[in-house]
Amino acid sequence: MTTPPTPTPTPTPAPRWRALTQHHLFWPVAVLVVLLLINVPFTPGFFSIKMTDGHLYGSLVSIVLFGSPLILVAVGMTLVIATGGIDLSVGAVVAITGALTCSYISDQADQDSLAGVFLAMGIGLVAAVVCGLWNGFLVARMGIQPIIATLIIMVAGRGVAQLITDGQIITINSEPYKLIGGGYWLTLPFSIFVVAAVVAITVALTRRTALGLLVESVGGNAEASRLVGIRSTRIKIMVYVFCALCAGIAGLMISSNTSAADGNNAGLWIELDAILAVVIGGTSLLGGRFSIGGTVVGALVIQTLTTTIYTIGVPTQTNLVFKAAVVIVVCLLQSPKFRTKVFGGRFGSGSGAKGGGASAGTPADTAQSTAAAPKMEVS
Amino acid sequence: MAEPRPVLEMTGIVKEFPGVRALSGVDFRLFPGEIHALMGENGAGKSTLIKVLTGVYPLDGGKIVLDGQPVRIDSPFQAQQAGISTVYQEVNLCPNLSVAENIFIGREPTRFGRIQWARLRKDAAELVDRLGLDLDVTAPLSSYPLAVQQLVAIVRAVGTGDSDGAGAGTKVLVLDEPTSSLDRDEVLELFRLMRRLRDEGVAILFVSHFLDQIYEICDRMTILRNGTLVGEHLVSELDQVGLIQLMIGKEMDQLEGLHEHQLHAEVGEPLVEADGLGRKGGIAPFDLEIKKGEVLGLAGLLGSGRTELARLLFGADQPDSGKVTIGGKPVSMSAPNDAIGAGVAFCSENRKTEGLVPDLTVRENIILALQAARGWIRPIPAAQRDELVAKYIKALDIRPANPEARVGQLSGGNQQKVLLARWLITQPKLLILDEPTRGIDVGAKAEIQKLVVSLSEEGMSVLYIAAELEEVLRLSHTIGVLRDRRLVARIANGPEITPTRILETIASGEHQ
Amino acid sequence: MSTTAQPPQTQNSGKTATGAASAASKAARLLADRRLPVVVTATLFVVMYLVGLGRYQNFGFAEPQVFLNLFIDNGYLLVAAVGATFVILSGGIDLSVGSVIGFTTMLTAWLVEKQGLPVIVVIPIALGVGAFGGFLMGYVIHNFEIQPFIVTLAGLFLFRGLCLVISKESIAITDSSVSSMAQAQAQLGVGFLSVGAIIALVVLAVAFYVLHYTRFGRRVYAIGGNEHSAMLMGLPQGGTKIAVYTVSGFCSALAGLLFTLYIQSGDPLHATGMELDAIAAVVIGGTLLTGGSGYVVGTLFGVLVLGLIKSIIQFEGTLSSWWTKIATGVLLCAFILIQRAMTARKKT
Repeated sequence: MTTPPTPTPTPTPAPRWRALTQHHLFWPVAVLVVLLLINVPFTPGFFSIKMTDGHLYGSLVSIVLFGSPLILVAVGMTLVIATGGIDLSVGAVVAITGALTCSYISDQADQDSLAGVFLAMGIGLVAAVVCGLWNGFLVARMGIQPIIATLIIMVAGRGVAQLITDGQIITINSEPYKLIGGGYWLTLPFSIFVVAAVVAITVALTRRTALGLLVESVGGNAEASRLVGIRSTRIKIMVYVFCALCAGIAGLMISSNTSAADGNNAGLWIELDAILAVVIGGTSLLGGRFSIGGTVVGALVIQTLTTTIYTIGVPTQTNLVFKAAVVIVVCLLQSPKFRTKVFGGRFGSGSGAKGGGASAGTPADTAQSTAAAPKMEVS
Repeated sequence: MAEPRPVLEMTGIVKEFPGVRALSGVDFRLFPGEIHALMGENGAGKSTLIKVLTGVYPLDGGKIVLDGQPVRIDSPFQAQQAGISTVYQEVNLCPNLSVAENIFIGREPTRFGRIQWARLRKDAAELVDRLGLDLDVTAPLSSYPLAVQQLVAIVRAVGTGDSDGAGAGTKVLVLDEPTSSLDRDEVLELFRLMRRLRDEGVAILFVSHFLDQIYEICDRMTILRNGTLVGEHLVSELDQVGLIQLMIGKEMDQLEGLHEHQLHAEVGEPLVEADGLGRKGGIAPFDLEIKKGEVLGLAGLLGSGRTELARLLFGADQPDSGKVTIGGKPVSMSAPNDAIGAGVAFCSENRKTEGLVPDLTVRENIILALQAARGWIRPIPAAQRDELVAKYIKALDIRPANPEARVGQLSGGNQQKVLLARWLITQPKLLILDEPTRGIDVGAKAEIQKLVVSLSEEGMSVLYIAAELEEVLRLSHTIGVLRDRRLVARIANGPEITPTRILETIASGEHQ
Repeated sequence: MSTTAQPPQTQNSGKTATGAASAASKAARLLADRRLPVVVTATLFVVMYLVGLGRYQNFGFAEPQVFLNLFIDNGYLLVAAVGATFVILSGGIDLSVGSVIGFTTMLTAWLVEKQGLPVIVVIPIALGVGAFGGFLMGYVIHNFEIQPFIVTLAGLFLFRGLCLVISKESIAITDSSVSSMAQAQAQLGVGFLSVGAIIALVVLAVAFYVLHYTRFGRRVYAIGGNEHSAMLMGLPQGGTKIAVYTVSGFCSALAGLLFTLYIQSGDPLHATGMELDAIAAVVIGGTLLTGGSGYVVGTLFGVLVLGLIKSIIQFEGTLSSWWTKIATGVLLCAFILIQRAMTARKKT
């Protein structure tokens, strides 16, 4: 019989607090709460929600409302990043979907016809799916690096969107379509329901099926996943399609909100914000473990940051500078190298255990595995 | 040859890692103009000794004397400056640059900061020529096969210093498994270059798992075991059986009697039949049969082709030749999926890189194979999953018995058990275990061996790979003996089969 | 071509064998030659130019000045793409290019117009800021091992944000020394080049020299080929990486100055997304996005092809500007697939 390994002495002081801080959502939520609280001295009644004309209004509602497209895109992006990939084309997909849908609706005699609107949305979303299939094909089948593969649609996609709208900003006047991004339902903005539905479906899709597990496995250790028989090609294609579909829904929402399709500016830089939201939410860019909840919080942090900058009277133009600061801080905190350098051994040992595992492998083979790691050959 | 002064003397070398003493007081010396083999099994301390010598690891004790002068080596760069150059198993050159550039990069001839290309090419061509190689130095390195790239790495290594004093600077050349993926002709070419350098007075430290190569090229050898020196011998004075005994570390009579058969006698119908299965650079074509309920143990030294054989049977590497049938049906073996579908399971010796997903929990790692087989759309129902996981955590005594624990934080033995559980859940027909007991504590080792016996009794076939001969003998119905990437013998186990017999087979390469 | 196991006793026979072998391998090597993509791009450029000649002969396409305008109108892009070539050759990526260009236009315009500094003082300040920004990004990338993608993304946000911090409005430049510089032309007989175009060509020449005739240049290729090997070969890969991003920052700032000269204003939205044009030009010019293979001359052709697409679309008249983006994307796709095919064949 084995002698049980001596349990590692857990430091007793305030174990509950410790468990709380170690929860993966702790830091994103903490940042969000701090950002929200900063607003209070500047906007009295920041947290209050008023009912006007049967609609709820308030800062919190508008944060969620304005953040909706970003949440959608970021949720899709989370799965892509979890497989160790990245999708730069989502902004272009947003533009294409909006452009197709709006141009179809604008060609209709009756823009309020429900059937027409649904068909238009269907066409837009099919285009998004096609983009996703293309990305997935390049990444999973052709073995092209995700950054490079998705760059193609990022570059060409806006051109396509402008081609569809003929370089104009297409404005439409369709009541049913307006609902998605600008309407209200049960006192709340309808887009909140859309976001809630997509998030719920994503969570169900990943956690009620085995998709989440397989995605995390592929992103966490690609070779082990191959040897365990996971068909990673299919999973990757699926994830890129899903990401594009989310971007497509965001495209519908953005164009619906403004009742217009702008091939040039719709969803501009949303891919960067989405990646940022995923990273803030605690999903590593290297792939593996992902957290949809974290991503939603991350997207809300970004939106709250924008709102906060506005309300506390800092010129809005500094928004981007703050965003840059957030990217740097989050990435530095996630970098094991930075933690060892700045915080010394405390964090360093922790990350060492994470990377090396607590196995009794000989030092030689640990060294070998690090030596083998450095760079993916030109493949 | 009268013993001249050694060019390199390492005395009382100590190197410690957290929890492990990798080298405890090792002495090692190297004479100019000799090829010296460094021998030892897994964990003997070979790579650690080389890394200490080449400045990859700092020294914890002992001293290094080079050419009569004590030296401190803190980085690979310093080692090169001191005249110690290393060529590793993987070619560490830049495939996108030309041969000439690879030889001289970092020390290109320049005038006023401008690289003198003509001179660089001329110097490189001369150096290559002087060493008797036939290469176009202007061609990109990637246009040559791996074996030639290996030679270029050696040319670079001996061409340290500046571009004119080629070879003058290098006193010690360390070749760490340069031959592991070369074919016979390529090895001969490498040997020719090695002899030439030896004749020029370079001391060469050579590591190879191929016994034939050691006996063919080396003058002297040093044998390590468990971080200590067990002997330095002239190659001509130590035969192969003696060498293997020193490496494995038990005298013959000590080995006898240690093993007792724990296995039931009868095995069933043939389950797996491999016919001429092989892969270039991996293992020579072999025939193999594994019966239902049989434990086939593979015996052979490190690098003899044990893992390569297992990987072919799992489809982890694609075979160049041969075919496999499992349960009478041919299996294509073009991907692990094919093998898994036919009921094969494979626990890799590299738990961390090829087995576990360290960020996932014990539960997730355990169900991964079963889930992969079911596909993403059909998750294992939570109740059934938890029951299965709990059952295997209990059966294999995985600690901590917490399905939520992250696998990366478990000890080696428990990680191994997680890996076993993952495959046992799929109820395979053939279970391949590659060094399942490596790097884990004694208790866990015994448990895993017991488990193998009971699995076999239940009718599961097992392909068992272990470094320790006793372990293989104790568990196996049949023993496959490997040497130098060939399956040289299949021996039915029995009371008359002793470790000595196996050793002799390994040493001679044929079954008496 | 493989190693020959011939014994070395006769040097002469060895020599002849070398000759024969290299002759035999020459044909085979042509296909795998790293210069092939550059040749393809150059050919593409020539073909497009000839097609343009054929179609728009009567609209003045044959004027030499149309050709020279490619350099005048794309000089800033060429400089930015040269900087991006260094980064991509080293195996990295720089997303901050467009923002640094935009920031430089704002900084220059603001310093010259609002602060009244002489241009001669402003130029080194602008270049220094760009190079320092690049240095910082390189420092973070190397020392904290964070992916270049993310670090330069932060740079993208930061510099674009700083643009807006200087001013939300665009600042027109009325300074006489700037406008005289902008109008200066170098007559070439058949046409003329602007100051910007000449500077761009000088930058190209310097970059070519640095990449091919200095140790630093070769190190860029080496770490792009295999960073781990480069380290084991004793090359200072950290310093090289930081230097590469510094070069890119410097080139972006210089491109910003040229852009300012070209457009004579600073605007917080100038050069939005130009990093994509720069990266596309580099890739179309035959440089592997994974690093280690490519030529700065290829980048020139990449820029020229992109410029020619714009000119042709202008000449065509009925085609709209967005076709530029679509054509760029299609070319990008084609070249990525060619690269993929080439690296795949090398593997086997």
